[in-house]
Amino acid sequence: MMEQSRLKEPIISIKNLYYHYGQANVLENINLDVKKGDFLGLVGPNGSGKSTLIKCILGLQQAQKGEVLLFGEQAAKFRRWDKIGYVSQKASSFNTSFPATVFEVVSMGLFGKVGLFRFLKREHRIKVKEALEAVGMDAYSSRNIGELSGGQQQRVFIARALVSEPELLILDEPTVGVDALSADTFYQMLKDLHRERNMTLLLVTHDVGVMSDYVTNVACLNKTLHFHGKTDEFEKVSKEKLSSFYGHKVHVLDHTH
Amino acid sequence: MSFMAFLEALFQYEFLQKALWTSVMVGIICGVLGCFIILRGMALMGDAISHAVLPGVAISYMFGVNFFFGAVLTGVLTAIGIGFVSQNSRIKHDMAIGIMFTSVFAVGIIIITLMKSSADLYHILFGNVLAVRTSDMWMTLSIGLLVITLVTLFYKELLVSTFDPTMAQSYGLPNKWIHYILMVVLTMVTVASLQTVGIVLVVAMLITPAATAYLLTNRLWVMIYMAAGFGVISSVLGLYFSFTYNLASGATIVLVSAFFFAAAFFFSPSQGLLWKSFKARKNRASLS
Ligand SMILES: Nc1ncnc2c1ncn2[C@@H]1O[C@H](COP(=O)(O)OP(=O)(O)OP(=O)(O)O)[C@@H](O)[C@H]1O
Ligand SMILES: [Mg+2]
Repeated sequence: MMEQSRLKEPIISIKNLYYHYGQANVLENINLDVKKGDFLGLVGPNGSGKSTLIKCILGLQQAQKGEVLLFGEQAAKFRRWDKIGYVSQKASSFNTSFPATVFEVVSMGLFGKVGLFRFLKREHRIKVKEALEAVGMDAYSSRNIGELSGGQQQRVFIARALVSEPELLILDEPTVGVDALSADTFYQMLKDLHRERNMTLLLVTHDVGVMSDYVTNVACLNKTLHFHGKTDEFEKVSKEKLSSFYGHKVHVLDHTH
Repeated sequence: MSFMAFLEALFQYEFLQKALWTSVMVGIICGVLGCFIILRGMALMGDAISHAVLPGVAISYMFGVNFFFGAVLTGVLTAIGIGFVSQNSRIKHDMAIGIMFTSVFAVGIIIITLMKSSADLYHILFGNVLAVRTSDMWMTLSIGLLVITLVTLFYKELLVSTFDPTMAQSYGLPNKWIHYILMVVLTMVTVASLQTVGIVLVVAMLITPAATAYLLTNRLWVMIYMAAGFGVISSVLGLYFSFTYNLASGATIVLVSAFFFAAAFFFSPSQGLLWKSFKARKNRASLS
């Protein structure tokens, strides 16, 4: 019954969140709870504020109004970042000509856990190797990160997010540039992590097919939260609602200008 | 004069020994810091900050305090100024750098001209390693120890924030602070290098050895050791040429390091121009 009570614990809790860049409102009155063991799919048209919401959750951007709680703690005071794995939308934010091997890049994901000591222990090296195997990149471990294709790099960054065995994994369109077969394997892997390790997942995606197959909850965002609930509820409303929801974007833009 | 004569003089004259030790230390510090400067894409910033210490040095001379303090002050203020201008207007970072450091440098030149000691100006700008005082040597050593300690302790943090700033921030690393601490260290290193290479050429010592190492390896830690190595060899050989042919030490040191860079540029096994064209020709031959 321990499990039951823990299931209720919100890992992410967003309350009355507002965000604007300059004059333009991007997020309005967002209220969203992600509970332990949820696999939440976040969908919405381009420019609907998905990445912004993720950045607010991670404390990369400060919301002007409202609050974000991570593991019950205010995001601003939260320090246990090793509990959270993150794969950003554009992995190209990294320095492509950096002299680092794939192995080193993945081990960066462990730095929060290793502490001040410089060298990785044996157990850390094993973890790095396992993470690379999980994304099918172990054969490349001594290659330079800049010499990989975009999709291969993306897999390495996914391994980096996985290596610290985070309790919460946040992925912002992780499979962009990853081929269809690998994407399927990847989603299967997420499903396993979710089931076997009871990992909590937040996945931003445009791939509605993924929704029905893998995620347990769905949130539709377009400035405000249009829908938030279980996947099966989402499927009942999906067809008409989804198209009207995506079509809505134009409408919203008309009003703001 | 031969190299043997140089060695003899080295055993004989204390000023030459001081010059040697100082050059070696400057070579190490500049090489190590330079790796992070170039990987963070801050070569221009390095140039700016090293020039921006000039008014600080001049004012320190005027008031008779150690020029370390003045230099760090104007260096850091310039770094903050650059950040402020580029964050609060549409002026891009490189434009802000160009505007700020030339202005600050100009102020420095005017102050020094007003002090009417152009001999000092010449040495500050171009270095005079043979006139290194014992106190300068100790200062260089302390700055060197500080730089190496910081890089060793915060290697991982520097690595992550240099490789992927967004990711670093999501790990809770304070990128802004890391940037400004690096700026402070950069001004200190500039001060430490004043005597050997001078303000105008410090940036060469920061960038050239690190860039040479960058051409030769794919591993950051190897790059750091190699950069320090190239820095040291350039400094020592530069000192030899400076002493033997009575040339400005800054110029000779920089030319030696440029020579190594050129060698790496043409002959590096993985990045070298010669190998690349050779391989390309071989490929073409095997295709046809
Ligand atoms: N740095 C910025 N400065 C100003 N406006 C921004 C900035 N970043 C995003 N925006 C605006 O905020 C809105 C939301 O952007 P966001 O990146 O969150 O969208 P998204 O839902 O992730 O889109 P996509 O599906 O294309 O990734 C967009 O209208 C965008 O123009
Ligand atoms: Mg996005």
